[in-house]
Amino acid sequence: MSKVKKKVKVIKIDLEKCNGCRACELICSAYHSSDKYSTINPSRARIRMVREPLKDIYLPVYAGEYTPAECMGRDKYVIDGKEYNECDFCRASCPSRDAFKEPDSGLPLKCDMCEDDPPQEEPLCVKWCLSDALTYEEREEEVEEEVLQEEMETGLKSLVDKYGLENLIDGVSRLSKKDKT
Amino acid sequence: MRFAETGYNLEVNLSSGNIEKVETDPELTRLHLGGLGTNAKILWDRVSPEADPLSPENLLIFGTGVLCGTPAVSANRTIVTTYSPQTLLMQYSMMGGFWAPELKHAGYDKVIVSGKSDGLVYLWINNDKIEIRDASHLQGKGSLEASELIRQELGEPNAQVLSIGLAGENKVYYASIEHGRSSASRGGVGAVMGSKGLKAIAVRGTKDINIARPAEFMELINEVLEYIQWRADNPIKHVPPILAGLGSPQEMAIHDEQWHTTAFSWGNARYRRKDFWTEEVEEEWTKIQEGAVQRLISCYNCPMKCGAIISYPSLELSKYMMKCYSKLTYVMGAMVDNLDFGFRIAGLAQGYGVDAYTAPQVMAFAIELYENGILTDKDLPDFPTDKEGRFFYLLEKIVRREGIGDALAKGVYWAAREIGKGAEEYDSNTIKRHEQIPIKLGMLNPIFFLMLSTGEKINITQIEGQLPQAPFPEKEDREEFVKDWIQAPSDNIKDFFVKWELRGDNAFPFFPDFQTACELVEWQETMHYIDDSTGICAGLSSFPIKPPYHINNLPTIISAATGFDIDKDELWNKITRRNRTLIRAINVRKGLRRKDDKPPQDHWKKRFPEHEAKLLDEYYKFKGWNDQGIPTKEHLEELGLGYVGEDLEKRGIYNSEQSKKES
Repeated sequence: MSKVKKKVKVIKIDLEKCNGCRACELICSAYHSSDKYSTINPSRARIRMVREPLKDIYLPVYAGEYTPAECMGRDKYVIDGKEYNECDFCRASCPSRDAFKEPDSGLPLKCDMCEDDPPQEEPLCVKWCLSDALTYEEREEEVEEEVLQEEMETGLKSLVDKYGLENLIDGVSRLSKKDKT
Repeated sequence: MRFAETGYNLEVNLSSGNIEKVETDPELTRLHLGGLGTNAKILWDRVSPEADPLSPENLLIFGTGVLCGTPAVSANRTIVTTYSPQTLLMQYSMMGGFWAPELKHAGYDKVIVSGKSDGLVYLWINNDKIEIRDASHLQGKGSLEASELIRQELGEPNAQVLSIGLAGENKVYYASIEHGRSSASRGGVGAVMGSKGLKAIAVRGTKDINIARPAEFMELINEVLEYIQWRADNPIKHVPPILAGLGSPQEMAIHDEQWHTTAFSWGNARYRRKDFWTEEVEEEWTKIQEGAVQRLISCYNCPMKCGAIISYPSLELSKYMMKCYSKLTYVMGAMVDNLDFGFRIAGLAQGYGVDAYTAPQVMAFAIELYENGILTDKDLPDFPTDKEGRFFYLLEKIVRREGIGDALAKGVYWAAREIGKGAEEYDSNTIKRHEQIPIKLGMLNPIFFLMLSTGEKINITQIEGQLPQAPFPEKEDREEFVKDWIQAPSDNIKDFFVKWELRGDNAFPFFPDFQTACELVEWQETMHYIDDSTGICAGLSSFPIKPPYHINNLPTIISAATGFDIDKDELWNKITRRNRTLIRAINVRKGLRRKDDKPPQDHWKKRFPEHEAKLLDEYYKFKGWNDQGIPTKEHLEELGLGYVGEDLEKRGIYNSEQSKKES
């Protein structure tokens, strides 16, 4: 079995250290504007602060995947005596709220860890967090490639059983042409 | 496209309900920068000096600094400008927090409030949608509580709200405007807001702010960030811990209060307690503070943690936010040795919305009057016998303006004159009708003499800064200090610092020479005027020693953000001088003259009247003012303020002073 190495980027969020200054939101929006740093607008940021000072709630959350459907429940979490909405932690750009959407177009936003060429030393939100509530870690994870291969082949076999090999090959070749255009 | 600023003001007339979005003239930004500068220009142009500050004619201007909302660290200040009911002069109180950047994202540089509403209202600014909403259900609500209720009823947790409390509604002359842990406190801006029937302003904005030269600007701001980190590891040596770092004095994080408690005066600015700070006090106060402070917090885009969430179960609202020195002002005013009292009363007073600087001094003044038989049990029915109880009692009377509280609500100066019976004698710590820092010292300090006397903000912390307050005893330490003093404006100032001694020829009051004294004062003042126009916090600029923003890097920072090309000479000698001189002229038009330019009467024990007069003469000359402290027509002309000189002339202000001198 062969293993492949994968780089995993991690932002560690220490809620105790957050001072609620929202520099992370500001610099994120600046970095992702074109030209870089030419416009500032925290409502375009891919990180948002859930901030309720009188409840001592200071929670930075990053934008994740877009989802077309909202979820059924709105659970509550009580952590150290503080009540959070499940929504507060959620990374999704979803139909039930304005978070993680471009304010004018409504297009979903997603954190890209400030991918750049040449690469940034760390995401800008981390750099600008002098309180160290946000820290950056990179770690390598070894992934067993073989297992994935096996899983895929199992899947393919069931498709062959269902549609026949000819049809499947046709389908795959059509998809690969579409991808190239 | 407009850079850094939005280019629009929001005009709100509460009498007619008219709301207008007005495009501003970019040339005015070029001349006055923004924030304080353009606020002052509007006040000069639009409010007659005869208008009563609490009348609908007065304007209440909420200005943002030109850099607010940009990545410039700590550029988050709201500059509130109006005429003060207490000083009857121009007042601009300022606050940090989150309100100014939010307003700019909503698309406005300023909110200009005129007129007077029939009932209590609040303003809701949601980008281009503006509403004047009924606030009768918020009447009497605490400032923080009202803000929370507004956020809830708007269903907008991200709205930023500023609000007055009961004191503002009742037009207490030192009522504040509160916003989270921040407040615009001085000179009764909250009373002006109350007089307009305006309880609060809520803002939400989701628009862009543009930077003219982004790459250059970011490089400069990254240097600022790096310097902040470097300073965290390199505190200033030879000064008390409270002055060694950046930010506002770190009262929430630091427990060592030796400097404030032993150098500042207690009671009605009377008693210095040089031996107050003992090991037992330190141990007890540390315990109390650690129990009260739940989290250290910041303003928008600032890593300094000058504020804190205070958690106190005994309070009506169990949590509030605090910053800086207010934990001590009530303690020291009341002559109470227990810090616990400070945290309890400050939370209550903040809810009512009073200035934590003036209010304790007024109460201490009232207690002195009582102890000396000028106020009696008739004036203070059921007056408690304990010190803490007396302060709580007086606070309630003042914010409700009940009984003697009605006079005390006007501050020490007016209350003393209203009460009479010799009460004026106890008004020892005001200048220009405004309560001053309670410090009593020995030897006249010529720099502070000029700053206290001539500062238009009538508050020493709004003009001092950057220069250590006393010379370092060892010459080699002074030489070491100036080696990396990149913030110094000139070699002359560095030279002064190296020579400056505690005793001998190079000591106060006759050192330094007049020219250097004037330069030192103007440099420190200039820094504050720049901050008040950019919206950068004094805590990272004009106030601490060796800050990340200074006279040598601010011109390029402002230029890169705005697209103007402003060098040090233009920033200092043109823009800032123009703003400074305009504000002096505004106050001259309101009656300010040389006789008002003086420090609190017993601020120093050793005074030198002749030398002081000469200092003032030289400083006025240095500033382009005549010997009455009035900007000359010629100097106003040079600054592009010819219209101001013409107005002063038309009013006969130059003539009457001339004739006074001749007679």
